[in-house]
Amino acid sequence: MSKIVKEIIKYLVIVSMAVGISGCGKKSSEDKNVITNSGSDTMVNLAQMWAEEYQKIKPGVSVEVGGGGSGVGIRDLMQGIVQIANASRDMKDSEKAQAKQNTGKEPLEWIVGYDAVAVYVNKNNPVESLTLAQLAQIYAEGGITDKWSQLDIDITSKGSSDEIVRISRQNSSGTYFYFREHVLNNKDYKSGSRDMSGSKDVVELVGKTMGAIGYSGMGYDTEAVKFVKIAKTEGQTAYEPSIENVATGNYPLARSLLMYTLGQPEGEVKEYIDWILSPAGQEIVEKSGYIPVQSGQKK
Amino acid sequence: MIKKSRIQKDLAQGKGGVTRESQPESSGKLSQFFGKLKRLFHSMSERTIVSLIYLCGVSAIIFVFGIFFFVFREGEPFLKDHLDFKSFFMSPDWYPTSVSNKRYGILALLAGTGSVTILAMLVAVPFSLASAVFIAKFCGKKLQETLKVMIELLAAIPSVVWGFIGLMVLNPLIVKLTGASIGLNILNAGIVVGLMSVPIIVSIAEDAMRAVPDTYLEAAEALGATRWQTIRKVIFPAAKNGLLAAVLLGVGRAVGETMAVLMCTGHSVNIPFDSKAPFFHILDSVRTLTATIASELGEAPRLGALPDGTYPEEALHYQALFMIGIVLFAITFVINLVADITVKGIRKK
Repeated sequence: MSKIVKEIIKYLVIVSMAVGISGCGKKSSEDKNVITNSGSDTMVNLAQMWAEEYQKIKPGVSVEVGGGGSGVGIRDLMQGIVQIANASRDMKDSEKAQAKQNTGKEPLEWIVGYDAVAVYVNKNNPVESLTLAQLAQIYAEGGITDKWSQLDIDITSKGSSDEIVRISRQNSSGTYFYFREHVLNNKDYKSGSRDMSGSKDVVELVGKTMGAIGYSGMGYDTEAVKFVKIAKTEGQTAYEPSIENVATGNYPLARSLLMYTLGQPEGEVKEYIDWILSPAGQEIVEKSGYIPVQSGQKK
Repeated sequence: MIKKSRIQKDLAQGKGGVTRESQPESSGKLSQFFGKLKRLFHSMSERTIVSLIYLCGVSAIIFVFGIFFFVFREGEPFLKDHLDFKSFFMSPDWYPTSVSNKRYGILALLAGTGSVTILAMLVAVPFSLASAVFIAKFCGKKLQETLKVMIELLAAIPSVVWGFIGLMVLNPLIVKLTGASIGLNILNAGIVVGLMSVPIIVSIAEDAMRAVPDTYLEAAEALGATRWQTIRKVIFPAAKNGLLAAVLLGVGRAVGETMAVLMCTGHSVNIPFDSKAPFFHILDSVRTLTATIASELGEAPRLGALPDGTYPEEALHYQALFMIGIVLFAITFVINLVADITVKGIRKK
């Protein structure tokens, strides 16, 4: 065979492969058995575990999970890019209106679990408990606490500077909104906090920084950090974030983990949400460090 | 005798004995086809091809203007209705998602970008100019080639890897050495971004210095100048414009860098300057313009105008981020323009 013919065959093989691959890609994205969800960074690990477990039960359905923050999920849902938005905060009325305007469907809320927002410090930090008011003084604009010695905590003897290194989240995170609403009473954060883009980043940086304090979902606990016990007011008992303390309502910073769908879900999406709310799905909630719900409820 | 004549006959027909045997008829037709195709290409008028190439060249301009247009279109409502010069440029309060009092002040972000850039240049410029002068004028041919390749390799390291180095290596090191409360600060980002801009400064500065004629060096040597005197009094003044352009391009790189500064600065809205001594707190965390856009744009909703033509309050965050984009565009545009003009200055000489 001459060279030219060989070249042509080579070319044909490559082209047919490329066409084949792109053809496959098209097929799988048009496949109806794909459930897409995105959103809350707090829930992304949980959503991933659900997706993997669901794959084992129903191999024909694949669940695609995206993170990015509650705001991203809600925005994606508003634009109809995803079928389910994961959110660790309520959808605002303006967002619901926009979603209805864009897609013609009312967003529907599902409570799929509970989370406690934990306050983390470095494991070498001697602090044991703080009140909500003390946290507000540390984090809120105009708050007077910016040194550990103001809280009678000696951290300099451990070789760290006395400054309280405030670690926060980027200003569109669901956890950021939650903490602002429930700890700062909707006042703004003090300028100068280190704003991380992920729940895990907060805990990691606290683990590496002796004088740091940060807030994040309780599921992100690691060896290098510890929980601070939180008391509602001065003089009350302080409680650690744990499943019992959240269930009894003693821990003050517990919140719902939510999923939003556009209108009443149908077909595969409905089955998926039903499975998440079933004992099998709720077992995974507990496994990933969050608190399961008894039964799903709609508002 | 007979054999010989046959070979001669074959040769006269222009075929080799071997090829005639193995070449099937069909491929002859195929090569005919290709010949036709070739002729077709040739017959395509020169002008079509020229205009095609012209279009490719012009596309760069189209893209630049397209981006320019897009950024302006998205930021335009903010620019028109909400841009209060004083509160935008002179206020350090950046609270775009506040409940009661949304504020869009970028002074702290400008200070962050400025302080990181200045420190990065303090790290990069002496380092780059020294290595450029060595590579251009004072090292052997073999070492020169190796060094140039290595510096190009340095430019190929992705910025997220640099950011990771800042986060994992420099962060604990700075805490240990300086006693700072946290190692993610101006110093960390300055070092990382400085090292990132080294390759670009070196390669342009080296070209500029190589353009200095060797006769200048020989004359300096003949006058008994030391190497240091030659560098300071002959090479630097002669390559002045090129060196300035190199530094300005380095500044452009430092201003525009996003991922590494997002990871290394600590991402904290804070003005590191002070009216009291020591005036400048190198161990403060800051936040830059680019990192703010990167971390917030993903979650800022792009909301449309209401029927009466005004925008809901939530839409301002997205628009304000694009306003920051316009500011960045203006900064890098000015820097590149100045660099371009100075480079043109060299070419004229």
